[in-house]
Amino acid sequence: MMRLPRFRYFAPRALDEAARILAGEGPEAALVAGGTDLFPNMKRRQQTPTRVIGLRGVSGIRGVRAAERGLAIGAMTSLTDLERSAEVRAAWPALSRAASLISTPPLRNMGTLGGNLCLDTRCNYWDQNYEWRKGIDFCLKKDGQVCWVAPGSPRCWAVASSDTAPVLCAIGAEITLVSKNGTRVQKVEQLFHDDGIAYLTKRPDEILTEIRLPDPTGWRASYWKLRRRGSFDFPVLGVAAAARLDESGVVKEARIFLTGVGSRPHAADAAAEKLVGHPIDDARAIAEAVDAAARLAKPLDNTDFMLGWRKEMARHYLAGALSELARAQL
Amino acid sequence: MAEKRNVIGKPLRRVDGRAKVTGQTRFADDLAMPGMLFMKLLRSTVPHARILGIDAARAEALPGVKRVLTGADFPIPFGILPVSQDEHALCTDRVRFVGDPVAAVIAVDELTAFEALDLIDVRYQPLTTIADPDDALTISEPRLHDYGDEGNVHKKVALDFGDVDQALASADEVFEDVFFFQGNTHLPIEQHATLAYLDPDGKLVVASSTQTPHYLHRSLSKVLSLPAQHVRVIATPNGGGFGGKSDPFNHEIVCAKAALLTGKPVKIALTREEVFYCHRGRHPVLMKIRTGVQKTEQGFKITGQELQTLLDGGAYGSYGVASTFYTGALQTVTYQIPRYRFRGCRVFTCKPPCGPKRGHGTPQPRFGLEVQIDKICHKLGVDPAAWRIANAVPPESLTANWLKVNSTGLIQCIEAVVRGSGWNERYRKLPEGRGLGLACSSYLCGAGLPIYWNELPHSGVQLQLDRSGRVAAFCGATEIGQGSDNVLVACIAEVLGIDPFDIRCVTGDTDLTPVDLGSYSSRVTLMMGNAAIEAAERARALLADAVARKLELPKARLVFAERRVFDGENPDVGVSFAEAVRLAEAIHGTLGTTGSYRPPKSPGDYKGAGVGPSPAYSFSAAVVEVEVDPKTGWLKVPKIWVAHDLGRAINPVLARGQVEGSVYMGLGEALMEEQEYRRLPPKLSGANVHKFPSLLEYKSPGTLDMPEIETYLIEEPDSNGPFGAKEVGQGPLLPIMPAVANAVFDAVGVRVDEVPVTPEKIAKALGAKSRRFGPAKFPEIAWPEPLEVPPPWEGGDGRAKNERPRKRDRVKGAVIAPPVEELRQSGAPEREPAVPALKKEGRPS
Repeated sequence: MMRLPRFRYFAPRALDEAARILAGEGPEAALVAGGTDLFPNMKRRQQTPTRVIGLRGVSGIRGVRAAERGLAIGAMTSLTDLERSAEVRAAWPALSRAASLISTPPLRNMGTLGGNLCLDTRCNYWDQNYEWRKGIDFCLKKDGQVCWVAPGSPRCWAVASSDTAPVLCAIGAEITLVSKNGTRVQKVEQLFHDDGIAYLTKRPDEILTEIRLPDPTGWRASYWKLRRRGSFDFPVLGVAAAARLDESGVVKEARIFLTGVGSRPHAADAAAEKLVGHPIDDARAIAEAVDAAARLAKPLDNTDFMLGWRKEMARHYLAGALSELARAQL
Repeated sequence: MAEKRNVIGKPLRRVDGRAKVTGQTRFADDLAMPGMLFMKLLRSTVPHARILGIDAARAEALPGVKRVLTGADFPIPFGILPVSQDEHALCTDRVRFVGDPVAAVIAVDELTAFEALDLIDVRYQPLTTIADPDDALTISEPRLHDYGDEGNVHKKVALDFGDVDQALASADEVFEDVFFFQGNTHLPIEQHATLAYLDPDGKLVVASSTQTPHYLHRSLSKVLSLPAQHVRVIATPNGGGFGGKSDPFNHEIVCAKAALLTGKPVKIALTREEVFYCHRGRHPVLMKIRTGVQKTEQGFKITGQELQTLLDGGAYGSYGVASTFYTGALQTVTYQIPRYRFRGCRVFTCKPPCGPKRGHGTPQPRFGLEVQIDKICHKLGVDPAAWRIANAVPPESLTANWLKVNSTGLIQCIEAVVRGSGWNERYRKLPEGRGLGLACSSYLCGAGLPIYWNELPHSGVQLQLDRSGRVAAFCGATEIGQGSDNVLVACIAEVLGIDPFDIRCVTGDTDLTPVDLGSYSSRVTLMMGNAAIEAAERARALLADAVARKLELPKARLVFAERRVFDGENPDVGVSFAEAVRLAEAIHGTLGTTGSYRPPKSPGDYKGAGVGPSPAYSFSAAVVEVEVDPKTGWLKVPKIWVAHDLGRAINPVLARGQVEGSVYMGLGEALMEEQEYRRLPPKLSGANVHKFPSLLEYKSPGTLDMPEIETYLIEEPDSNGPFGAKEVGQGPLLPIMPAVANAVFDAVGVRVDEVPVTPEKIAKALGAKSRRFGPAKFPEIAWPEPLEVPPPWEGGDGRAKNERPRKRDRVKGAVIAPPVEELRQSGAPEREPAVPALKKEGRPS
C-alpha cells in the first residue's frame, strides 16, 4: 500500500453545500464518509479521484431518531453508534448484529452506515496495489480488458461485501438520495446493480443521506456471516432473512438476501415464498427454502475459502439463519 | 531449584519496556534526518524474463527525482550463505519472480519516487515460468541459476545412518505417509526499513531493521567494495523479525549505495506487499516418511526411519541449503530412532525466496513425524503420550545422526500437558466433534556453526564500569522484541549483584559492539548469555580483589548483592558497588572486561554434520483441544496446553511471552496461513503472482482469535546454558501444527495430512472414503549416492565411510567435544563444559 495520491479536499458544513460542490466537481470527485473503504483503495490506486468531498462536517446526517413508523438513521452514523443504538437494537437486532460483525472496533468507529452500503465491490484480483495489478495486466474493473475471475465473461464479477446491505434489503429499508436537483427515496434493494463495476444505481451527483428502517411490528430478522476469522474479515457469505408472522406464528411475508456470492445482495424470492403460509418453525418449509435459495449461491474463486465448500456452506448458513427466525423473540 | 538468585528467574520489567509502551522506541522507520531523500524500488511485474533494456530517462526528468539506479550499479553478487552468492541488489540481466527489484528511484519524497517508478521503461523477454517443484524437477532449461546440483534443482542431500533398508525389512510393520506443509511468512508488524547516511567523516552508516547486523555489515562491504571498518551497521530495534530480517537485503544495499552517491541521508520503508516479496519464510515442503516398528509388550519401538523432503525454495538460495539440511537434522532428537535415512531436495521456482522462519526447516518434518506417530499409536492401540514418554531420547546421549543431546525435560513437558489437559480422562473419550491432540518437539539453542566458516567467537560482550557504579554492556546481539537486551543485563546484574536498571545496554551496532552473529537460530540467550557471564565474572574478580584488600577479607567470602559487596559471614561489613568500582579502578586503572562464547565442537564429522548440532536442545509438548462441526468441517480451538523445557527461565514473564507468541504463530500456520501464488490462464497471461500480499487477505489470527493458553515452564537446567538456560523463542511453535491435526482426528476421525488444517479440508476428508485429505504421492527423485555414516552404537566415529576428503579441515582450537567413546556407553559421560564453569564463589547463598 502506498501513500495517498494528491487530491483536493472539500469540507462542506451543510448538505446543500455538499450537493452543490459534488455537482460542480463532476465525476472526478468522490464522496468520503469514514474513509475506511475509499482511502485504502486510493492508496492502492484503485480509485484516484482528484477531488474528495468529506461529509464528516455536514450537519444533520448523523444519528438515530424515531420517524413515523420506524427509525431514521443518518448516513454518517458510525457503525459503532449503529451497533450500540438501543433503538436499533430493540427494533431490528439483526441490523445491530450485522454492524457488530463488520471489520474491527477502530474501523467501526470510523466507518459509517452510508459508507458500508456504498462499499466498493471486492475481489482478490482487484483489492491489490497498483504494481500487483500491473503484474496481471490489470482487470476489467479498471485499466484492463479481462475479468480474471471468469475470463470468458463480458462483465466484472467483483463481490458485494457489505454486511448491513443484505439486512436492510431483507427488512425492506429505504434510503434517501439528495442531489442539487432534488431528493428521492427508494428501497435499499434498488440501490444495487448486478455488476462489479457499476454496482450502485446512485447517480454520481447524489449523496446518500438517510436510511429508513420500517416499523418492526410482527417482523423478525436474522443475519449469518461466514468468514475465516471471528475477529474481522469481510463476509465470504452473508445470509439475511426477515419474516412477518401472524399471531399464530405463521409466516405472512418473508424476504431472504444473500451477499458475498454475487455483485449485489441477491434476493432469494422463490425461497422466501416457500416459507409463506407455514409456521416459522416448519422444518419442511425451511428445508425447501434452503434448497431454493442455495441454488442462487454461485460463488466464484475471488474471495477467501475453497469454492465447493463455500457453495455447500450456503445451505448450512441458510438453514441457520432461517432456524434463528423461529427462535427469535418478538 | 538451584541457588538463590536476585535477578535470574525474577519477573522483572523488561529493560526496553518503558520505551515501547510509551511509544519512544525509535524503529527504523521513525528515523529522520535533515535533507533526507526517499527511495522506492521498481519491482519486476513478470515472473521470469531476461532484461533487454531499461530506459529511465523519463523518470530522471521528473522534478524531485535525484537519481535512478539499476543493476549496472551493482555488479557484485551477495547472499547470506557463502555457497549461495546468487543475489544482486538490483537485477542485472534477469528477473526471477514478480517482486524482484529492477531499479531504484531516489527522490525528495516518497510520493515522487513512487510516481517516477511508473516512468521507467523496462523491456523484458519472457522466459519459461518455473512455477512449482513439479516444473523445477521436469524443466531443466532455462535454469533460474547457473549453479546448483542440476537444472532447477538447487541442492540434494542424501545421508544414511545405518542400514535403514534392513531396519524396515526386519520391522513388524512399516508405516508410510506423505504430508504437505504449505509455505507461510513471518508477518512482522514492522515492515522493513533502512536509513543510510554518511557520517561527518564520510563513513557509511546504515541503520536498519535487521536481525543480523554482522552479516549485513559483511555484505555491504563486499557489494559496495568498501573496507568493513569504514561501514557502520546499526540494528534498530525490530518490530518483530521471526527470521524475516536475517538475510542481508537488496533494499539495504541499494539504500546504502544511494547515500554514497547522493551524499544525502536516504531512507526506504517497505510496503506490506514488499515484505511479502522479501519473504524468506517457511518453505513449502512435500515429504514422505517411512517408519518401521517392532511390536513390544508396552507398544512398539521404531526400528528405523526414512524421510524424504522436497522444498520449494523460490527464486534464490537464501538460507536454503541450511533449510534443506534442517528438514532432516532434528527428526532424531525427540524419540529413539536407531537407524535413520534422510533425503532432501530443494528446487528453484519463480517466487519470492524462502528461508528461515521461526523453527527453520524443522516444523515441516516435525508435523509429519508427530502425525505419523499418532497414526501408528492409534493403529497399534498405544496411548500416544505414554509412547512418547517411553521412547524419549535420554539425556546425555547421541542420536543416530550424531547430535549430542545434553539435558532434556521432554518427559516432564509431556507429563505437564497430560496432567493439565486431563488427557488420561478425556483423550478418545470426548463426544463426537470434540477432540484432543498431542505433539512434541525439540529445537536448537543456537547453531553449532556460524554462517561463514571461521574459528572466532559467536558472541562477544564487553563491559565498562564507571566509578558512579554504572555498568555499560556492549554486545552485537540484536533486540528484535524477543528480550535479548533483557537477558544481557540480567546475566550481568546477577553476577555483579546490581540492579538491571543500573546497566546501560548498547547492542547491535558494528562500530560500538563486539560481534554477535545475530538474532537467529535461537542462539542469543545461550551464546550471548555465556559471554555476558564471562565478562561479568572477570569484572567481579577485579572488584573482589580490590574489596578484599580493603576489607582484609578472603575473596571467597565476598558476596555481590543489592548493589553492595559484603562479607557473607557478616553482611554489615562491606562497601557499596560504586565504592567497589572506585577501589578497583584505583588499583587496576580504567575498568573494562570482555567475555566471549564459542559452541562446543559437535561429535559428528561428515559433510552436512554442521547443520543440527547445538550446545543444548529445548523440548516442548502441547495438547490442543478442538471442536469440529461434523457437518461443515468448521474448526475451533478453545484451549491449548503447552509445556516448554527452557532449562532455566532468565525472566519467566518474558519466557511465557515467547511461549505464547510461538503458540499464536503456530496456530496461525496450523489453521490458516498460506503464502500462495496464482497463475492466470496460460493462453491469456504468463502472470505468476502472490495471491494476496496483504495483512487482510493473508489470513493470520488476531488477538481475539486466540484460545486460552495454559503454559508450563519446565526448568531442566543445561550445563551449557547461562544459569542453565536454553532457548524459548522458537521451540514451542513446533508441536502446535501436528497437535491440531491429531486433535481433529480425535474429534471426527479424519486425517488432514496437510498444513494448514482448514474447514474445507476437514469437510473433504469427512466426505472421502479414505477419511483423509492430503497429498497422494511423493515424486521420484534421482538421489545422489548417500553418505554412509554408521550410528554411534554401530561402531561409527562420526565420519562417513565413503566420503572423499573435504577441503575444510577440522577446526583447530575449538572447545573439545565430549569424548565419543564415553558417550557411546550408556553411562553418564564426563562432560567438558563449553564455557568457563559458572563460579559458585561469592554468590549469595
